[in-house]
Amino acid sequence: MKKIILYLLTIGLAAVALTGARAQEIRIENTINILGQTKPVPVALDGFTGEAAEVLKFDLYVQGFSFVTPEAAQYLIHGSDAGSVAGTVTDKIARKVVLSRSYNGASLRRQAHAFADDIVEALQNKKGIGQTKIAFKSQPAAYGGGEIYIADFDGHGAQAVTTDGAIVAKPAWVPGKLALYYTSYARNNPDIFYHSLSSGQRRVVAGYSGLNTSATVSPDGAKIAMILSKAGSPNVWLCNADGSNLKRLTTGLEDSSPTWSPDGQWICFATKIAERRRLAKVSVDGGPVHTLNTAGVSNPTEPDWSPDGKWIAFTRQAGDFDICVMPADGSLPPTVLVAGQNPSWAPNSRTLVFNHEIGHREVLSVLDVFTKQYKDCARTVGSNSQPAWAK
Amino acid sequence: MKMNQLVFPLVIALAATLATTGCKKGTPKTTPLPGQRAYVGNPNDNAPTLPPANPFNPDNVPGSKPGSIETAGLDPFKDMTMDPAALAANTVHFAFDSAVVKQTEAANVSAVAAALAANASDKLEIDGHCDERGTQEYNRALGERRALALREALAKAGISPDRIRTISFGKDKPADPGHDEAAWSKNRRGEFILLHPKAGV
Repeated sequence: MKKIILYLLTIGLAAVALTGARAQEIRIENTINILGQTKPVPVALDGFTGEAAEVLKFDLYVQGFSFVTPEAAQYLIHGSDAGSVAGTVTDKIARKVVLSRSYNGASLRRQAHAFADDIVEALQNKKGIGQTKIAFKSQPAAYGGGEIYIADFDGHGAQAVTTDGAIVAKPAWVPGKLALYYTSYARNNPDIFYHSLSSGQRRVVAGYSGLNTSATVSPDGAKIAMILSKAGSPNVWLCNADGSNLKRLTTGLEDSSPTWSPDGQWICFATKIAERRRLAKVSVDGGPVHTLNTAGVSNPTEPDWSPDGKWIAFTRQAGDFDICVMPADGSLPPTVLVAGQNPSWAPNSRTLVFNHEIGHREVLSVLDVFTKQYKDCARTVGSNSQPAWAK
Repeated sequence: MKMNQLVFPLVIALAATLATTGCKKGTPKTTPLPGQRAYVGNPNDNAPTLPPANPFNPDNVPGSKPGSIETAGLDPFKDMTMDPAALAANTVHFAFDSAVVKQTEAANVSAVAAALAANASDKLEIDGHCDERGTQEYNRALGERRALALREALAKAGISPDRIRTISFGKDKPADPGHDEAAWSKNRRGEFILLHPKAGV
């Protein structure tokens, strides 16, 4: 009898041990993010001034946070920027400090970006975008010649990549590298250039008679897809990064703006099928063109595939322009988000950069697709458009 | 009672309890270590200056190497002078979002064909343009389709396509920078630039 009791006690203890362990590991997961309707995570900032405060607010806002009083906040972000940036993040609900760090080196602005990244990593378990870069096209007017620029993702520290005084278009980053492809009319023809930012060396990789434009780089950087009209109509073509091994991928009559899938298997592009403008995809090995589900949205163009493979952002041309996002698998029709065009995804697959018109001039802006919060970039000189986010 | 028979499973159970509940995963409830210090970078690498772009080498294009199969296709148009005035009156206009050459433009196409037929050594550049209502890349492709449609129309009129190059400017060179249909209708166009061989070539 005593043996049985003792064995039961043992089992009982073991059971307590196991359930106890599981209870400790239960975490409340974030609610599923819904395009345009997700509530931002409320935080309260305290102790930051001037540039550091501006950077923290910009970075956090476009990654899905909002700024409220300490009473209403879920997290308290407290710190200082006298001399250098330092701060702590307190989880009010769990009542504990989840991040405590101080920064040195580089500039105050860069430190604030680094702190924002650490906050995002602690609260979203995701790499922040505070220290990433964009490339874009800048023109004095809304049309005509311009130059390719790069800048911090928020528009600060812009530098000219070209000084040719020619018409330019559609910069595209080589993934993981300081190198761009872009279209330039510097040779009095729309040509696609490859340009190494670290050396300044560049060469024409597609300079055929007719149109050469809209280069997009494969995830491994080995190939590009682009629009060439050398066969008599604008179509999607592939070639190696240096322009060799040219291969025609589509034969439709009205193809434009290809984008690579992050798994390197598909090219999504804008085209016309059965008299209607659609988005479609084709395998990089060639073959049939598959129409994508853009139900309810007319004239879709300029698609961009998110790095995690889940979303395709694009522009709706319907008199005005709108940024739309849809699941890449077609499971839902697109969601129209904000006015604008030319979306390019950040590495976090929730923020994107685009341009929208203010007073007949294009302005770069950064949008969080889940909360629909967006903020214009700093650069206010000229007309800035066709941004590409470095990944 | 044999104690060792009972002690062993008890010890296991106790050890299991301690192992799973004693080591708390996740952030502890105790105060964390005072702020970790993070080094963000060299003060000088904040915004490294880009080296200037080299003036591109016009010969550095695919197909320019001897013996290659593909050529850039633009060599036949080298060393020619542009004469934009000759056919300026024959600019062809297009409907919104369309590259179809309208019937009403037949006279313009004929005039251009006649000019090219008159001088066998002349060539032609067709510039395709759009109004501002499409995205830049969409318009760049649409402008090209307009230029190509005009080249096809000229082919039907007996002019070899080899004599014609197309350039799309999308919406980058409007004839009228206004923002209404009066301006837009002027911008949706194909312009013809006659090319003459340079004297002495």
